[in-house]
Amino acid sequence: MIEVQNLSKSYGDFKAVDDLSFTVKKGEILGFLGPNGAGKTTTMRILTGYLPATSGTARVAGFDVFDDSMEMRRHIGYLPEAPPVYLDMTVHSYLDFVARIKGVPSEKRKSAVDESMEKTNITDRRDQIIKRLSRGYKQRVGLSQALVHDPDVIILDEPTIGLDPKQIIEVRHLIKGLAGTHTIILSTHILPEVSMTCDRVVIINKGKIAAEGSPESLTSQLDGGQKIHIETRAPEAGLRTTLGQVQGITKIEIEPTASNQNLSVTLETARGADVRNEVASRIVQSGWQLFELRGVSLSLEDIFLELTTDDAQHAEKPAA
Amino acid sequence: MRNLWAIYRKEMGHYFVSPVAYILIGVFLALSAVFFILFLQSAIQQQQQAAFEGMQMGMMQGFDVPSMVVRGIFGVLSTFALFFTPLLTMGVYAEERKRGTMELLMTSPISDLQIVLGKYLASLSLWIIMWLPTVFGLIYMFVHSEPTPPWKMLLASYTGVLLLGGAFLALGTFISSLTENQLIAAVVTFTAFLALWIVDAGANADGGFGTVRQYLSVIHRYDDFVRGVLDTSALIYYLSFIAFFVFLTVRSVDSMRWRRA
Repeated sequence: MIEVQNLSKSYGDFKAVDDLSFTVKKGEILGFLGPNGAGKTTTMRILTGYLPATSGTARVAGFDVFDDSMEMRRHIGYLPEAPPVYLDMTVHSYLDFVARIKGVPSEKRKSAVDESMEKTNITDRRDQIIKRLSRGYKQRVGLSQALVHDPDVIILDEPTIGLDPKQIIEVRHLIKGLAGTHTIILSTHILPEVSMTCDRVVIINKGKIAAEGSPESLTSQLDGGQKIHIETRAPEAGLRTTLGQVQGITKIEIEPTASNQNLSVTLETARGADVRNEVASRIVQSGWQLFELRGVSLSLEDIFLELTTDDAQHAEKPAA
Repeated sequence: MRNLWAIYRKEMGHYFVSPVAYILIGVFLALSAVFFILFLQSAIQQQQQAAFEGMQMGMMQGFDVPSMVVRGIFGVLSTFALFFTPLLTMGVYAEERKRGTMELLMTSPISDLQIVLGKYLASLSLWIIMWLPTVFGLIYMFVHSEPTPPWKMLLASYTGVLLLGGAFLALGTFISSLTENQLIAAVVTFTAFLALWIVDAGANADGGFGTVRQYLSVIHRYDDFVRGVLDTSALIYYLSFIAFFVFLTVRSVDSMRWRRA
């Protein structure tokens, strides 16, 4: 449904988007994850036909975003970062206007507007002036605007920004409900959002794709192995030498626990090495007490930080 | 056409939900009423004086009160246009850019030309609505004055008003498309109007260059219309002026895609 090939966008010397390629299948929800300024908004603007790309091609719903821009625009709904609402219009007249310019035939317009209000739960505000609505409601009007012409592809730039936790959950439900019949790209820098709503994630940093995959596969694939957490009662120096002999352990951090004389140990292991059994038996064989041993899989948050932090900084990342 | 209509409707809605349109129309109505009375009084006085002098000299002199009033009122009201039209056009694009709604329009299946024309025609409609009340004064003259006002002159004058306003609004909307700031748009627009207004000042004494300046002046040609002359060269001047700035506005709107950094 969306094919992006070698897409680049430069502003003078600055490369906002640098050779980006990815595809989104019909009915999929793609999460676009990245720190602020990574090029998420620029990419979305290119996909919606707002900005022309410097090089590369993008096809949305089967139409080239540049050559067939007008046809393509009929098939997309777009919510920019700030909801593009006219403050002095009522919710209903605004959505009616959007339906008109999106080319909804006049006989279907009324039902299209009603439906989009229903979906975003703003029917009770239909005659209010948008200026008087709260931030959350404005955001929902913006979302409603992106849905009113029932587009094949929906592009949402930070759709949950400015919403309270309850509204965030509602919007996520709404987005999930739209998947299947609609293809969705949403950008965010909120990680749980991606794991909760998206089928696939593209992590983008400095205009380039840093990682791509399902939230689960990203977690397992990228977690350069595993972290193992251990709680044990043992002499620190002895424990360090013993664990040092185990193959596959790349990093050992030992700290006393706050409450008792136990030690809290965090091990990092090389990819593919499962050292849990060996660690357990060595500790037990040394006659120490083992209270806890569990694998900690990296969260998306860790991966995200790992990928988007500079290498130099990363090396210095303290053994927190 | 449907898209153009949608934009036009929305723009008209904006004018009439905000107090701007009502204030402009109200003030313009008051001014036109005051000046109508002033011009009428002074024309009648002049006529009476002329009649009195004529009697003394023993000959009657024809004195065309309606023509004087029409000429005077269209001259003065067009000057107010100088102050009013920047207020009509300052927000046309500036506000959309600031609020991010331009992004909505530009990612919808409508062309830049449809956006520009829809907005332009809406501002022109407001201009026409502003002038509608002046018709009542003229009807009053038709009913009560002898001779009746010269309708050809009226027709020419209203054509002039439409063209002058059309030219100003085209330039004003273009300037509005260049900035996100309404105030800057209004001030620059006003300055540009003023420059076009006075460009022919003292042109007669200026030889060849003076002729060029007269050609550039927007008001020089308007005066012809008010005198009742429908000159095709003036018509072409205004229409090409309008077309030129509508074209520039389309380019400017298109360039918003490129210059946003």
